[in-house]
Amino acid sequence: MWKSQGINLSPGTVIKGKWHYRSYTIVKKLGSGAMGTVYLATENGQSVAIKFGHNSSSITTEVNVLRTLQKVQDHKLGPSLLDVDDWVLKDGSQVSFYAMEYLKGKELNRFVQEHGFEWVGILAVQLLEDLEHLHQFGWVFGDLKTDNLLVTFPPARMRWLDVGGTTQVGRAIKEYTEFYDRGYWGMGSRKADPQYDLFAFAMVILQIEYPGRFERGTHPERALFMKLKQANNIAPYQEILGKALRSEYNSAAEMKDALTSLLLASPTQSKRNTRAGRKQSHSVQPSRKKPTATVPYSGASTSAHKWEIVGIVMTVCLFYMMYVVMQWI
Amino acid sequence: MNKGTLKQILLITDGCSNQGEDPAAVATLAYQQGVTVNVIGILEDQQSEQPEGLEEVEEIAMSGGGVSQIVYAKSLSQTVQMVTKQAMTQTLQGVVNQELQQILGAKQEIEDLPPEKRGEIMEVVEDLGETCDLEVLVLVDTSASMHNKLPTVRDSLFDLSLSLNARMGKNRFSIYTFPGKRKEMDKIMDWTPKLDSISSVFPKLTSGGITPTGPALREAMQQFTKKRSLRNLIGREDTDVEESGY
Repeated sequence: MWKSQGINLSPGTVIKGKWHYRSYTIVKKLGSGAMGTVYLATENGQSVAIKFGHNSSSITTEVNVLRTLQKVQDHKLGPSLLDVDDWVLKDGSQVSFYAMEYLKGKELNRFVQEHGFEWVGILAVQLLEDLEHLHQFGWVFGDLKTDNLLVTFPPARMRWLDVGGTTQVGRAIKEYTEFYDRGYWGMGSRKADPQYDLFAFAMVILQIEYPGRFERGTHPERALFMKLKQANNIAPYQEILGKALRSEYNSAAEMKDALTSLLLASPTQSKRNTRAGRKQSHSVQPSRKKPTATVPYSGASTSAHKWEIVGIVMTVCLFYMMYVVMQWI
Repeated sequence: MNKGTLKQILLITDGCSNQGEDPAAVATLAYQQGVTVNVIGILEDQQSEQPEGLEEVEEIAMSGGGVSQIVYAKSLSQTVQMVTKQAMTQTLQGVVNQELQQILGAKQEIEDLPPEKRGEIMEVVEDLGETCDLEVLVLVDTSASMHNKLPTVRDSLFDLSLSLNARMGKNRFSIYTFPGKRKEMDKIMDWTPKLDSISSVFPKLTSGGITPTGPALREAMQQFTKKRSLRNLIGREDTDVEESGY
C-alpha cells in the first residue's frame, strides 16, 4: 500500500518510533522523490526534517551514507542525522524513517536570481571544496543536482540536502537524474569517479542559465556544447565548464583552482557582466565570445568606419575630377 | 562464478496476454527455478489512468519474485535500470534473510532487527549487489500496439547496459522479442556483456495482434537452463567463444 501510493500525512499527526520512542509532530510536507517523502516536523519545539522511505532498505542505505559523511569531521557535508527508527501503523505494517537537521535556505536558482550572478563563482568554489573533501574520503556524491542543493544565508553557504546517491569510488552510481548524468549525455560511464561529480556540477551551473533544462536530441554531445556556448550569464565560466563536461580535470581541487584564479584575475569583467545580468535578466548582453552578443557594439563601430571610408573616397574622387577638368582646360 | 549469478527476466509489454497459458503461473515456475521475473508495463502518452490490460503486470512480477512498474514511454530508461537494480537488492536480501533465519532462528527478518544492525546487513547486501554476476534476459512485446515505442525500448536497454556495466560484477544480456515469426519468440541478441550493437539489430517491424506472454515466458525461462546444460557439455570457454562470434 505505502509503496505504490507514497506517504500522505496530515499536519498534527504524531509519529512515535518503535525502537527509540522519540515522538515527532508533523508540520508539513517538504517534498517527495523516488526513494521517499520528506516532512517538516517538530520534536519538543525543535524543527526537524523526517524522511519516510518507500522501502526499508533505501532508508537504511541512506542512513549508512549519512553516518559515513558524519565521520568527515569539521566539514558539514550533509544534514546531520538525529534519529533512525520505524513507525508502526494501525494495521501493523511499519514504515522506516530517519530524522535529520532541518536546513532552511534558498534554492540555488532563486538565490542567484535575487543576489546576483557574481555569487555563482563563489558558491561554485565552495561546492568544489566540499566535493574535493568527499572525494579524498573515497566517496562520490552521485546525484548532484539543483534540487539537492540549498544555500543558507547569511553567511552564504552551499549545503547538500539529499545524499541518497552518494557512492563509493569505483562502484556504480547509486542514484542519478538523467539531465545531470554523464552517461545520459554519452560523455562517459556511470562509474563513480571524481569526474562524474564534476560533470554533474557543470550541469548544475549550466541549468542556472536554463532552468527549464533542455533535450539531448539525436546528437547529445553537440546539443550540450551548443547550449554551453549560448549561455550568456555564465559566459566567463564557459571554458572551465567545458573542461568539466569532457572529464578533463583530474580532481575537484584542480577545477577549483582554475575557477579561483578566474575569479581573482578579472573581477571587473565578470562584475560588469553580472550587474547587467541582474538588471536586464534575459536581454542580450555584451560578451566577447558570443558573435550574436557582440553585434550591437561592433555593428555601431563598423558603420562609423564605413562612413569615414566613403568620405575619403569621395574626397579623392573630387580631387581627381578637378585634376581631369584642369588638364582638359 | 564463485559469488553466484543472479538470473532475471525483464518483460516489457503494453498489454495483456491473449494466448496460451497464464503468464503468472509460468513466472511462479521460473521463480522456483531461481529466475526472477520483472515486468514493466508501458502506458500510452495520453492515458491518464491505468488501463485494464496492465493489471496483469503486477501479478506476473509478484509471482516471479520480481519488481513491477507501470510507466510512460518517456521515463522508461530510468525505470528499466531502477527495476533491475531493485530486483537484485530484493533477491539478495532474500538470500541474506534466509541466512539470518538459520543463524537467529525462524521468523527473524532484516526488518525485525534494530535500525543499527540493519545498516550493517544492508552494507553486505550492497557489496553483493555491486560484485555479483548478473544475467538479464530481456523479453520485448512487439505486438502491433508497441510499434511507436520500440525506439524508446531500444534506447532504454542500451542505457541499462551502461548502468549495469558500471558495476564491478560481470553482466550478460540477451534480447528476445515475442510473438516470434514461427516460434513463440525470436532471438534478437545472444548472451553478450555489452549492448553497444543494439541499434543495428533491434527490430523495426512489429508483428500481429496476438500476445502470447505465457508461452514466451516459458521459452525465456528455458534459455537459462539450456545455456547451463550446454555449458556443462562443452565447457565454459567454448561457449564464450561461440557467443562472442555473434
